[in-house]
Amino acid sequence: MLYFNAFLFAGFVCMLGQIILDKTKLTPGHITVIFVVVGAFLDVFDIYDKLVLWAGGGALVPITSFGHMLTHGAIMGYNELGFMGLFVGAFDLTSAGICAAIICAFFMSLIFKPRD
Amino acid sequence: MEKTKYKNLVTKHSPKEDVFYNAVIAFITGGIMGIIGQGLIDFYSYYLTIPTKEATVCMLVTLIFMSCLLTSLGFFDKWVNFAKCGLIIPITGFAHATMSAALEYRKEGLVTGIGANMLKLSGAVIIFGVVSAWTFSLIRLLVGVI
Repeated sequence: MLYFNAFLFAGFVCMLGQIILDKTKLTPGHITVIFVVVGAFLDVFDIYDKLVLWAGGGALVPITSFGHMLTHGAIMGYNELGFMGLFVGAFDLTSAGICAAIICAFFMSLIFKPRD
Repeated sequence: MEKTKYKNLVTKHSPKEDVFYNAVIAFITGGIMGIIGQGLIDFYSYYLTIPTKEATVCMLVTLIFMSCLLTSLGFFDKWVNFAKCGLIIPITGFAHATMSAALEYRKEGLVTGIGANMLKLSGAVIIFGVVSAWTFSLIRLLVGVI
């Protein structure tokens, strides 16, 4: 059942993005930014946490989870450290993703040559 | 006369059903990405006995690694052309943007090429994510205090 929910939710988010991409003149960059901001917003009142419980990996794979984790980290940081925690905690959960992307991209761009 | 003909031709060949078709393709590919994500979480937490939270991180790193590898091997661009938002909205799109920028600017040197341009496309995601997350959490905390 969790897999079905994951399929449904991730598919729905991607479909929404595709419809926005086709109907307006926004570039894919704009759309990913919109979805990150929406994900960050949905975490304000813990809506996204319920979505993660409902859809599992389906809610964690789309880029909305990036915004969700940023907000989540900032709020967790505040609870532990007070106001400075907003700065300390923001990257707590997302650092893995950003680091992985940068490191993979750096070393692979040294190894591989660009195609076409 | 010519104009109406042309218009008819244009309406005949253009994108009404294309929007629907693209949306369905994006729905299916995005859904498959979600299933792969959930499958990887289950795989890591059952077979390698990693706690669920760390398994999530492992899943994201695996997806990012795979999409970087496939981008640099040249497959991923074709798949993105086919599935569009089905692969751009998942975290693979973020990795794809980083990787293709790094590959493209590599010939300009390590620092001025890769270093300066790697986050050219995906930097927007990080910056707007941080700004919005910081603002929203500040608002939430202010609301909580009041």
